[in-house]
Amino acid sequence: MTKTFRITRRAALLGAAGALAAPGIKPSFAQSAPIKVGVLHSLSGTMAISETALRDTVLMMVEWQNSRGGIGGRHLEAVVVDPASNWPLFAEKARELLQVHKVDVTFGCWTSVSRKSVLPVFEELNGLLFYPVQYEGEEESKNIFYTGAAPNQQAIPAVEYLMSADGGEAKRIALLGTDYVYPRTTNRILRAFLNSKGISDADIMEEYTPFGHSDWQGIVSRVKRFAGEGKKTAIVSTINGDANVPFYRELGNQGVKAEDIPSVAFSVGEEELAGIDTKPLVGHLAAWNYFMSVESTVNTEFKNLWQAYIKNPRRVTNDPMEATFTGFKMWAQAVAQAGTTTVDAVRTAIIGQKVDAPCGYTEEMHANHHLSKPVMIGEVQENGQFNIVWKTPNAIPAENWSPFIPENANRRR
Amino acid sequence: MKRIALLFLLLTLALPARAQDTFVAALPGLGGNFSSQVEAAERLGTLGDPRAIPALRALSDGRLLRRADGSLVIREANTLTDAATGAPVQPDSAELARININNRVRVALRGALGRLQLVSPDPAERLAAAEAVFRTRSAENIPLLEAAVARERLSHIRDRMALALAASRTVSNDAEAKRAGIAALGASSSPDARAVLLEARAQNADLTGEIDAAVAAIDTRLAIRRGVETAFQGLSLGSVLLLAALGLAVTFGVMGVINMAHGEFVMLGAYTTYAVQELCRGTPWLLPWALPLSVPAAFLVAAACGATLERGLIRHLYGRPLETLLMTFGVGMMIQQAVRLAFGAQNREVLSPVWMQGTLLLPLDIPVTQNRVWILCFSLVVLLLVVAAIRFTRFGLEMRAVTQRRPVAAAMGIRTGRVDSLTFAFGSGIAGIAGVALSQIDNVSPNLGTGYIIDSFLVVVFGGVGSLAGALIGAFGLGIINKVMEPWVGAVLAKVVVLVAIMLFIQRRPRGLFAQKGRAAEA
Repeated sequence: MTKTFRITRRAALLGAAGALAAPGIKPSFAQSAPIKVGVLHSLSGTMAISETALRDTVLMMVEWQNSRGGIGGRHLEAVVVDPASNWPLFAEKARELLQVHKVDVTFGCWTSVSRKSVLPVFEELNGLLFYPVQYEGEEESKNIFYTGAAPNQQAIPAVEYLMSADGGEAKRIALLGTDYVYPRTTNRILRAFLNSKGISDADIMEEYTPFGHSDWQGIVSRVKRFAGEGKKTAIVSTINGDANVPFYRELGNQGVKAEDIPSVAFSVGEEELAGIDTKPLVGHLAAWNYFMSVESTVNTEFKNLWQAYIKNPRRVTNDPMEATFTGFKMWAQAVAQAGTTTVDAVRTAIIGQKVDAPCGYTEEMHANHHLSKPVMIGEVQENGQFNIVWKTPNAIPAENWSPFIPENANRRR
Repeated sequence: MKRIALLFLLLTLALPARAQDTFVAALPGLGGNFSSQVEAAERLGTLGDPRAIPALRALSDGRLLRRADGSLVIREANTLTDAATGAPVQPDSAELARININNRVRVALRGALGRLQLVSPDPAERLAAAEAVFRTRSAENIPLLEAAVARERLSHIRDRMALALAASRTVSNDAEAKRAGIAALGASSSPDARAVLLEARAQNADLTGEIDAAVAAIDTRLAIRRGVETAFQGLSLGSVLLLAALGLAVTFGVMGVINMAHGEFVMLGAYTTYAVQELCRGTPWLLPWALPLSVPAAFLVAAACGATLERGLIRHLYGRPLETLLMTFGVGMMIQQAVRLAFGAQNREVLSPVWMQGTLLLPLDIPVTQNRVWILCFSLVVLLLVVAAIRFTRFGLEMRAVTQRRPVAAAMGIRTGRVDSLTFAFGSGIAGIAGVALSQIDNVSPNLGTGYIIDSFLVVVFGGVGSLAGALIGAFGLGIINKVMEPWVGAVLAKVVVLVAIMLFIQRRPRGLFAQKGRAAEA
């Protein structure tokens, strides 16, 4: 911790000194200057619960890379800023990272609204952002690399699973979400997908709640009523953040069992389950591209690295952390190959890079700036981990422009 | 010839053991893939051999293990037994693999266990079995259920079994049985029965008339129940609002201090609950009492913080509401960040005692969740205590005296400064108590309080500043309006509608529902 802050302060000092054009501090050889890695994750406010772990993951990777001699003999240095779950502040902090600290790459953002807020800044100043969270797609920027899932790598396979024999052959779907861009866009895609599979609008229920919603009694009893129309019903949850805890508690208290009304969540991972009593939730599902319970040698290394770094043998890993890990390795490979950290050179070098990811598959960066990823469905276990009940045989490429949105018909794919 | 002799020999060997063999033969399927697990569970269910119960139950609890040779072992606490023979097994964990299941297997297991346990001596198991068989609905279960209904002595279990029988009849091939089943389901007032009827409707075009009549009959009965359910949900939301607003009704309502850090005192109360729980973890007999013990602890912690805030800062700003507002807002943010540094950004898990989990059935089968019932009662008790403290204690008398006419109270020998800080500490302490209740239904995180501060001010202003009765009516009124609106317009818009309604209301009655009259109101 202290080390981080010292680096930040020194970096800030350097930036300020540079602005004052004090020649004494300038390093004499450009080649030995450290590579600066920006970290743009909320460390306070509502999103701190999820994003703090990602800050630590980036710091862990910086330390790991340095222990292997940095990249091309150059040392790595992290610059941490706190955008405080405040969307406009994300843009300001991004500008600070790029202009004051002159970072070579940034890892950051969680919510789509924060990514949308920094996108113009990264494009204007030609920065490089790695975004590690699953999202709604419908975006492509030359300055952003998306290492989380697009809808076809998470949402659609998950709903297909619910409609399969193993998933319970659901014929009615309740789409519950938090009220912002990610759930609304995802549900728009899902509705079009369900319609194409013969599920009419009468068999789809869609409800939104504010961030941090805690009174789920009404909605859960409405879902039960919706399920009582004689057709097998399932819940698809795009509920984000800590509103999930009271939601699952209410499901447990109202006796909604996974055998009767299974639910699949897109934003609930091991980290979120750490705050809930999971016994009543056994059997409910989550769709991700990685679970901590994956058995692979890379995953064992990843978990050991993390638990040693955080000095807590019980800390969990989750999907966005894995995406950060994979994205970081990909960027490091691209820098090593390009021999420079110049944004344009790295951007070209990274396409086609492959990394053996902790999920047990080899992931590749494609020209659409998205990764190929496997899809996994996990069931909640009593110990707060997921038991993988279904996964794709291969890593599948991302469709960031969904074919289920009519406006995308004319786009290149 | 030799081969025939061998076959004969095998048959004679197998025959006496056949009854046992079908069970032993079906068992290994439970260790296979999902499809063979489903098949094995269904077969074990139809066999009716009670020896299958431990294995099926172990599989659904994740306690069934597979040895390298494919045979199955049941883990019970620290002992291992062979699933087929029931003989103890030497623990050799190296070669034991846990068997995983999915929801399809769970459904099959529930059906099989249901069939097997309909004759269990334990009434709780029979009730669960009736529930399970109701959901499975298979014509094969009809004779089994008929026998079970005839044998059952406890009326509530018999009712459940009769419903399961009716549900199974709707999927039989006999038209008469189907009609009887539909009529029996229609006579119930269960939403599950309604779902079964609607499912039957899709498959029986010839019985549409009967089914529609049965569904309509259930619907009339359910309408009343849904009304009561909505009202309860409204009251429950109201009780949460009331708890959050009560402390504010004292500090803002009685003293007139705009305390934006009020939500943070609530949050401190929730964290105190967590801390007390962690302290009690060391002594197991104390753990069930952690929650009751947290109530006085949270009151004291929040009251101490409140007193410090009042003595240290607020008293220097009396009569300057704008500065008070900004200063307490800043203090609130500092408390939030301090808690975040001390406890971390992650949510803390506060356990719910067993008596606060699950659903309670009121008369007419109205389901209400236990934790909400307790919080509703708790909020009313806290309200009564606050009213009693203000009405009947010396401190309450002094408090009223100081707020009504400060100089006269001072002239009578009351130390007004001391009363001020005690009153503020009292209001803050109540906020702390609210935190204990909220830890049961919301996340214990540093931003817990921010979600309640606006609602609390709303309740106090709507009810009438300075009136506890107003806070009560205001909280429950807002809760019920919110819950009645929610199904129509959604949770987001319901809040907006309520806010607009309150704005209009305040235009008409600026002093709220219960306006204070007299000199104090003019001050």
